[in-house]
Amino acid sequence: MLHLGLIAALLAAHFLLPAYHHGNLARVMVLASYALAYNLLFGYTGLLSLGHALFFAAGLYGMGMGVQHLGLGAGAGLMLGIASGAVVSALVAALALRTSGVAFMIVTLMFAQAGFLTILHFGEWTRGDEGFVLAQAGRVLWGMDLSAPGTRYLAALVLFSICLLLSLALVRAPFGRVLVAIRENEERVRMLGYDTQAHRFAAMVASGTMAAVAGAVYGMLFGYVGATFASVQYSILPLLWVLLGGAGTVLGPFIGTLFMFYLIDLSSGLTTAYMLIAGVALVGLTLFAPQGIMGEVRRRFWRGLP
Amino acid sequence: MEFGPHLMLATLEGAVTAAVLALTAAGLSLVFGVMRVVNIAHGEFFMLGAVLAWWVTQAVAGPWGFALALVVAPLLVGALAVAADVTILKRLSYDPERTIVATIGLLYILQQLTLMTYGPDARPVVAPFNARIALPWLERGPDGWALTWPWGLGITTWKLTVIGAAGAVLCALWLFLARTRVGLVMRATQADREMATAFGVPVERVYALTFGLGAGMAALAAVLIVPIQQAHYLMGADPLLLSFIVVIIGGLGSLPGTLLAAVLIGLSDGIISVFFSPTLAKILATLLVALVLVFRPQGLFGARGR
Repeated sequence: MLHLGLIAALLAAHFLLPAYHHGNLARVMVLASYALAYNLLFGYTGLLSLGHALFFAAGLYGMGMGVQHLGLGAGAGLMLGIASGAVVSALVAALALRTSGVAFMIVTLMFAQAGFLTILHFGEWTRGDEGFVLAQAGRVLWGMDLSAPGTRYLAALVLFSICLLLSLALVRAPFGRVLVAIRENEERVRMLGYDTQAHRFAAMVASGTMAAVAGAVYGMLFGYVGATFASVQYSILPLLWVLLGGAGTVLGPFIGTLFMFYLIDLSSGLTTAYMLIAGVALVGLTLFAPQGIMGEVRRRFWRGLP
Repeated sequence: MEFGPHLMLATLEGAVTAAVLALTAAGLSLVFGVMRVVNIAHGEFFMLGAVLAWWVTQAVAGPWGFALALVVAPLLVGALAVAADVTILKRLSYDPERTIVATIGLLYILQQLTLMTYGPDARPVVAPFNARIALPWLERGPDGWALTWPWGLGITTWKLTVIGAAGAVLCALWLFLARTRVGLVMRATQADREMATAFGVPVERVYALTFGLGAGMAALAAVLIVPIQQAHYLMGADPLLLSFIVVIIGGLGSLPGTLLAAVLIGLSDGIISVFFSPTLAKILATLLVALVLVFRPQGLFGARGR
């Protein structure tokens, strides 16, 4: 109910918001889908990845390169982006899941860094740091121009709703409950006869693929593909959003993304050093509110919050 | 220049990289070994060292200014690190995953505060002495072997000093750990924290000291390298990545392994960067790290079963 309410509210916002916030909210919804993907792995399975930018960028570049160099249409480009995200996340998961804890964090960080550097290395095709702007023709899906603000907002809303409802379904399904159990006590889950390694693998591939979907759609809607999206900063941001909103809650990632986006938006008017806010928020959150906003709500008001 | 002299030049440049890297990585390794904390903000301590060196040399001109910077920068950065340890890390009770998130936050805070005060420019610091020494090369001429002086083959006295100073500081660190009472207490804490507490070791003070010492070493390395590289607020990223690579390949928390790996990585980085592209060198190194962590978590030189 609550989740359908949020989607309805976002749909209503489409008709009510002024243009500037309308555009911002479209962006926030795509980024929140990325955060939802991150939350699947971090919030529910308890695996802290520092390399999700790799998956986001796999979707972004899979789509962008397909449209730019292979001359694919928007639909095929999105498919290619999603497929490359699935392949990359399966590869990384197969290797990185052999480690755990701090080593897992560093391995994912290193893979993402290698991916980022690879994008820079092949600057001839990827245009490196500068990035490239998608041709207008490549951004038309089923006759809808995704670069127009109206359709862009609705497309972002569709993506966000799918990711939100998918997360909700996944968490309520037996599969999701096993993931939470792995987070809480892996030994016991293994003793009960579950293959924890396979569950982790599936969670990481699902999370990576969802991140790739967000990346591909982001590139499609905003028409820009650049190496910044593969940098460490874009691995840290979803962690920040999820921590702020509340890890292991379905609504948390959206709340966190919205809050952080406007915090940075407001502060960038005051100073160029807007990442300072991100740093302060990270330190403050780990010190004072490791549960995040929705985590606090769950603790204080509503224990059954999914 | 022909291949032989070119290789020698690459090796010399690599040796300078290796010396600075060994200092930086030894600091990171010390912190990880004793405290089990992965300090993502280590590169920013390095950057602060370089920036402070610029401030000090601006305030006090001449070679004495640089000598003062060599003392002041590591001390100030060390003090800052001690303060960060007491206010942040201690309150997280050194939980590995939460400290990583907190040090990521610290990274952004330090980096962005530097951007706000020092500005986005790269600024040079002049070395106290910087004479150029041309190096001879043995070559087979028309009348037998002869010494030639190929154009471009040479090294500056400052680079030699950097290598020497790094060696001296590392020897001092080894003596400090092996022969002094404080070093003994540090090693005891590394071996078994709870037992050390039971024997009355003030573990929290040891941790604060270790964190300060590690950061101070990074700052010292930065002051040594800043006449060769310029001081810039984003300069911390590369040393951080390279130190990680070194510490992991050398075996987490093992000082001799770290030194060996620093020489290996420094030299190969220099050589690969000269003959191929620097980005390719970094891609290979990051992938190597990820694979080492996956398949040989004790590091290439670490002992099994730790």
